[in-house]
Amino acid sequence: MALERWFRRNRPSKKEDDNSPAGLWLKCDSCGAQIYRKDLVANSYVCPECSHHHRVPADARVAMLADEGTFEVWSGLIEAQDALEFVDTQAYPERLTKARQKVGRPDAILTGGALLDGQPVALVVMDFSFLGGSMGSVVGEEIASATERAAAEGRTLIAVTSSGGARMQEGALSLMQMAKTTVALEALSRAHLPYISVLTDPTTGGVTASFATLGDVIFAEPGALISFAGPRVIQQTIRQDLPAGFQRSEFLLQKGMVDDVVDRRELRARIADVINLLRSGLAQPEEEEALRVAAL
Amino acid sequence: MSLPFEKPIEDLEAKIRDMRAYAAEQEIDLASEVEALQDRLDRLKRDTYENLTRWQRVQVARAAGRPTGLDYLQRTFDDFTELHGDRTLGDDPAVVTGLARLAGTSVIVIAQQKGRDTKENIHRNFGMSHPSGYRKAMRMFDLADKFRLPVIALIDTPGAYPGLAAEEQGQAWVIAESIRRMSQLTVPAISVVIGEGGSGGALAIGVANRVLILENAIYSVISPESCAAILWRDAGEAEKAAEALRLTARDLIALEVVDRVVDEPLGGAHNDPAGAMALVKQALVEELAFLASMSPEQLLESRYKRFRVLGRFQAVAAA
Ligand SMILES: [Zn+2]
Repeated sequence: MALERWFRRNRPSKKEDDNSPAGLWLKCDSCGAQIYRKDLVANSYVCPECSHHHRVPADARVAMLADEGTFEVWSGLIEAQDALEFVDTQAYPERLTKARQKVGRPDAILTGGALLDGQPVALVVMDFSFLGGSMGSVVGEEIASATERAAAEGRTLIAVTSSGGARMQEGALSLMQMAKTTVALEALSRAHLPYISVLTDPTTGGVTASFATLGDVIFAEPGALISFAGPRVIQQTIRQDLPAGFQRSEFLLQKGMVDDVVDRRELRARIADVINLLRSGLAQPEEEEALRVAAL
Repeated sequence: MSLPFEKPIEDLEAKIRDMRAYAAEQEIDLASEVEALQDRLDRLKRDTYENLTRWQRVQVARAAGRPTGLDYLQRTFDDFTELHGDRTLGDDPAVVTGLARLAGTSVIVIAQQKGRDTKENIHRNFGMSHPSGYRKAMRMFDLADKFRLPVIALIDTPGAYPGLAAEEQGQAWVIAESIRRMSQLTVPAISVVIGEGGSGGALAIGVANRVLILENAIYSVISPESCAAILWRDAGEAEKAAEALRLTARDLIALEVVDRVVDEPLGGAHNDPAGAMALVKQALVEELAFLASMSPEQLLESRYKRFRVLGRFQAVAAA
C-alpha cells in the first residue's frame, strides 16, 4: 500500500504551502528549478527544464485528451457512505468532507464521454488529490458504469490511473471494487471495443491489481511509480535496498509489463493512433454473417 | 499451543482432568463434581467463542493447528491428484492445485497453502504467492472450462508476496488477470475463506458464484497490522484497526461480501480440525448441488451481478 507515502506527503509542511495552487512560482520536485506556474501548465504539467512529469489535476487531464468542447461529465451524482462507521485518528465522514471541500467533487474520480481526435471515447480519470486517489465504492461504481456505458455507446474506454490503492475506510467493500471494475470490462470485450489504460504516478495496490493493468494497450507516463506493493513495504519484507528505478515505468517497460512509456505531450496523439488502428480491423465474423444474411 | 484468551478454558480443562485422575486414584465417586465442572466448561467455551472480539478472531483465523488447504484436499476431498507448475515460470508451493472428487463429483481444486510448521511455512512462503502461483491457478481455470469441472478455491493467505521478483514478474498484472479469468468461468465456482483472506492476493481466487467463509476466518482489504501502521502510524494499534476494518464472517455477511458463513465446532477449527472439515464438506456439497442446475450463461450472469452490485453509496443530495 503506497498510501503511506500519500499520508506522509499530506502532512502540512512549508514546502506544500510554497507549491499551493495560488503560488505563481513553484519548485520542480525533480530538478529544483523555479518554474513559473503558467509555463508548467502550458507544458502539460511537464517541467520545461527536466521533463519531469508533475501530477495533473483531473480536469486538466480531461482537457488534454478530449477534443475541445466535447466532454460531457457522467460522474459526480453519487457519494460514499460510511458503511463501516470507520474511525481511525479521524472519522471517515470527516475525511470525506474535507476532501470534497478541497477537491470540489464527491470522490476521487471524474468520468465522461468525449471525442478524442474525432473518435468516441469514455474517459475515466482518477483524482489523486482526493484521499490519495483511493478506490472505494464510489470510484468502483463510477468506473464500472462508465465502462458499461462505453460498451453500450460504442466508445473506446480510456482510463488514466493515479491511486494509492484501495480505500481502507471501506474495508472489504473497497477490496470488492477490484472485482467490480474488472467484471465490467467484459461488456467492452464482447463489443470488441478497445480499452486503453494510461498509468500515471503513482498507480499502486488494488488499482494496479485490477482494471488498470487489463488494458488492451497499456501506456505509462515517464518516471511513474507503478506497483502492487509499495517500495517501503517491500523494503521492510526483504530488508535490502531496492535497485535504482525499481517499479518505475521504464523498468516495467523493460520487464514487459507495459506497451510503451509515453511522454505526456505526445499522449493524445499516441492514443488516437492506437484507437484508429484497433478500430479498423477486419469485420468481426458475426458481423460478416449478418451482412451476408442481409444481402440474401 | 493455545491463544491468550483460551487460558481460562485450558485451566478448567486441566482441573477436570486432575479431578478425574484423583477420583480414580482414590477410588472415590466425584462424578457429580466433574459434571458440574464440565457444565461450567461448556458455558465458558460458549461465552468465550461467541463473544470473541474481532482481534481475537484474527488470532483464531491464523492459529496453528487450524486445518490448512492441504488438510482439506487430503481429507475433505477424495482422490486428490496434485497438478504442478504454471508452464512459464515454475511451481509456486504457496498454492496447491489439482483434481479431486467431492462426494463423488469431479472438481478442480485450488488452495492457498500456509505451512503447518516452521519448516513447511518457509517452503510455502507463509501462504504468500508469487505470480507463478496465480498463473498456475489460471491454468486450472482453463482446465475447468475445458472439461466442465466445477472449481473449488480455498482461500488462506496473508496476501500476495511483496517482493522484488514478485513485482518484476508482474504481481499486480497476474492478480488482475486471475480476477478476470475466474469471473469468466462457465462452470460453477465456489470460494471458501478457510483462514485468512488477505487482500487482492485472496480475491484473485475469490471471484466465485458463491463465496463462503468459516465462522472464525477473516477477509480484509489490508491486514490489521499494516492498516494500523498507515492510519494510526503504529502497527501496535492492530487491535483497533481490526475492529475498524469489519473483517469477521458476521461483518462480511452484513456487507454482502460473502454469501454464507460455515459454522466451526465450539472452540474453533484449530481445536477440532476434523469437525470443522466435516462442516465445510457438508456446505460445499449443498452449494455445488445448488449450482449444478445452472447453465453456463446463468453462471456467468449471476457471477457478474454478484460482484457488479458490491459497494455502498448514495445519491448526492441536490444542492
Ligand atoms: Zn524539473
